[in-house]
Amino acid sequence: MGLEIAFWLLAVVGILAALGVVLLRNVFRAALSLVLCFLTVAGIYVTLSADFLAAVQVLIYVGAISVLIILAIMLTRDVQWGSPSNKLRIPALFVAILFLGVVGFATTNTLWQISGVSPVMPTTEALALKLFGEGGFILAVEIAAVLLLAAILGAIVLVREK
Amino acid sequence: MSLGLEHYLILSAILFSIGLYGALAKRNAIIILMSIELMLNAVNIAMVAFSRYIVPLLLTGQVFAIFIIVVAAAEAAVGLAIILAIYRSRETIDATKIDLMKW
Repeated sequence: MGLEIAFWLLAVVGILAALGVVLLRNVFRAALSLVLCFLTVAGIYVTLSADFLAAVQVLIYVGAISVLIILAIMLTRDVQWGSPSNKLRIPALFVAILFLGVVGFATTNTLWQISGVSPVMPTTEALALKLFGEGGFILAVEIAAVLLLAAILGAIVLVREK
Repeated sequence: MSLGLEHYLILSAILFSIGLYGALAKRNAIIILMSIELMLNAVNIAMVAFSRYIVPLLLTGQVFAIFIIVVAAAEAAVGLAIILAIYRSRETIDATKIDLMKW
């Protein structure tokens, strides 16, 4: 019962915060709304018994990416006031609602093979075995390391003063 | 009515649609990037929900979610760097005015 209450609370707050991201006039307030949405997503992970991912979500999204976004907003604040829409606003709204309808229809009409097994609870050890263990995703982990290195170098090169 | 996979998938679809609208309809490049982060988060919720309800012992969806977070972090860093570089050279972050490569 507590899980349901937590889910509905987090879902409503998360959707309102996501609406705030696209509807708020002030870009900085939109960024704060995005941070709130990231936090509620971390709570959603907790209700899905994904404890490690919830911690990662708070560390990376709430901690790092939001700081990046807010810094970028501060550095580019004087060029554009507010967050106006372009001329594609009505078609974009139509596409988004169409997408929601299609996915909702597909979701409710599919017979999911729900497994009744209760999930592994401290997921950290199981995830580490999956990522680094025998027959796991070790190649993808190394590719991710190379990708992060390339992204950091690219970001430094792009913003460096000539 | 108890909580099921469909609840999480519908929540994920709603968040994704909001992000899709923001990415298509906004002019501020930073808002577009924020909307893309929102869409990636929605996909992560769907991944973790599938992992929890369909293969609870394998955790494959959570591994995928970790890789999505890695790619999202790289994308945010490079995207914001590109926006700052454009701001420096063209004095605008309006996505409708960054049209040098448009036909």
